[in-house]
Amino acid sequence: MNKIIETSEDLLINPEIRYSEKIKKFQKEEGDDREFSVLNLGPSHPATHGIFQNVLLMDGERVIEGESTVGYIHRAFEKIAENRPFYQINTLTDRLNYCSSPINNMGWWMTVEKALGIEIPKRVQYMRVIVMELARIADHIICNSVLGVDTGALTGFLYVFQYRERIYEIYEEICGARLTTNMGRIGGFERDWSETAWKKLDQFLEEFPKVWAEFEGMLSRNRIFMDRTVGAGPIGAVRAMEYGFTGPNLRAAGIDYDVRIATPYSSYEDFDFKVPVGKTGDCYDRFCVRNAEIWESLSIIRQALEKMPKEGGFHADVPEYYLPPKEDVYNNMEALIYHFKIVMGEVPVRVGEVYHAVEGGNGELGFYLITDGSRTPYRLHFRRPCFIYYQAYTEIIKGSLFSDALITMASMNIIAGELDA
Amino acid sequence: MALTAEKIVERLESQFEGSVANFRYEIDQILSFDVVASKNFEVMKFLKEDSELRFNFLTDVCGVHYPDFPEGEKFAVVYHMHNWIDNVRIRFKCFLNGTNPEIDSVVDLFVGANWQERETYDFYGIKFKGHPQLKRILNMDEMTVFPLRKEYPMEDMNRTDKDDRFFGRVK
Repeated sequence: MNKIIETSEDLLINPEIRYSEKIKKFQKEEGDDREFSVLNLGPSHPATHGIFQNVLLMDGERVIEGESTVGYIHRAFEKIAENRPFYQINTLTDRLNYCSSPINNMGWWMTVEKALGIEIPKRVQYMRVIVMELARIADHIICNSVLGVDTGALTGFLYVFQYRERIYEIYEEICGARLTTNMGRIGGFERDWSETAWKKLDQFLEEFPKVWAEFEGMLSRNRIFMDRTVGAGPIGAVRAMEYGFTGPNLRAAGIDYDVRIATPYSSYEDFDFKVPVGKTGDCYDRFCVRNAEIWESLSIIRQALEKMPKEGGFHADVPEYYLPPKEDVYNNMEALIYHFKIVMGEVPVRVGEVYHAVEGGNGELGFYLITDGSRTPYRLHFRRPCFIYYQAYTEIIKGSLFSDALITMASMNIIAGELDA
Repeated sequence: MALTAEKIVERLESQFEGSVANFRYEIDQILSFDVVASKNFEVMKFLKEDSELRFNFLTDVCGVHYPDFPEGEKFAVVYHMHNWIDNVRIRFKCFLNGTNPEIDSVVDLFVGANWQERETYDFYGIKFKGHPQLKRILNMDEMTVFPLRKEYPMEDMNRTDKDDRFFGRVK
């Protein structure tokens, strides 16, 4: 057994100590002339796209084994959530998977609405679907284009990033923010979408597919890209399931589990879309699954726009939970009372438990909420897909080349904010 | 034929009489029940491997602290499972005592429970017997408290710069 690190002071000691006994054992078995090295990858390394540490035992270019340390940006969201009224927790969810914040925001509102028993108008549900699919596209753009960067294709990344910017401009029109969006309210959106927002959405739907087709054309049958990614970092379907994989990484391994189909929320059952699956669960399959999902997301947005009801407003009629317009607050006593109660978090809450899951950019993002009737949750647990599947990373890279280990990390789309919560 | 709630209840009750109780639906319409803490591994194994139940996916493991509950029920470990074949979700809770919360690890059934159990240990101090590497995961190793327990206030009560009186609030 290698020495287990007990305190963080130990981490200041040369990391070779961690594996010294293992190295001796290997040398005993295979001869003293074998040389091993210990590589400290992270916590802050440009190729890891986030703050994770992996101490790897290397035999030349080959990874023999590794140990992950996480928690570098842990912010105790679950504790903070126990001390905040429901509407203030939305800003915490932004910071989980910050590449697709609107999905987290909508997931949280839907959890609260489930707990409070609020019915949402069809139009709002469709608007949510649109914004969630935009977020999924933005998330997959980052993951796939960064995989391109890690394999040596920087141009494609810069090219498609302009379209992520377009998506952010749409967010900006809808809610005023770009990255940590804090979008929506209990019951709907804070305001109706402006003309510009709809126009920008149409423009995006017109221009983006061509660009994405170009990007796909550049990489998906590219000899260099395929040589790097095919067979790199594979995981089998059964193992992926045991590890609790969800989302594109699971689908790349060949299982067609998608929360949008299994437990539809926000009227996903109204839309017709495919669940793309891969076969081997390697980096290339993960890349292809994400690509295919972008096309499906675009198709869902188009369907939502087509079916969008004219009537229904932008929020449910729930005055106990939804802030009244400001002019009413000044001129109307009822509205003033509601305004005060909502801002202070003194809204009626049912006692009970709710688990609600949405298909986030990385997989099943679950919110497990226990309420005791007070203004704050009694307990809120985030099921973060990243956290659960990142534990498989050291197993996946065992025996692979170091360069493969890096692109495996990129293609698994590990987001530090979601991992550490 | 799809798996019905009656079927789940019947199978569990015939297999684990006296160890499973309090079948109920929570607000989210997920079938929930309580399991005696010492039986958590067997119940999960049965749920996973029974040819009719087939709960093949462990969605989530987390802890809850109930300081106001009787002594034997101060902590709970909550498991969410999902049957992907019939598309049914269930949830079960195991209550633990407050002085020495201990429960069997389920890593042998679902390897993905590894970090989730470490997280639960990290925040609640619930020990998982048979866990391969039970140590803190998100907090630093020197930490001596289990921060999600209700007795730990969110902020340091001795801080003078955040005195509530300065903001017109008196405790």
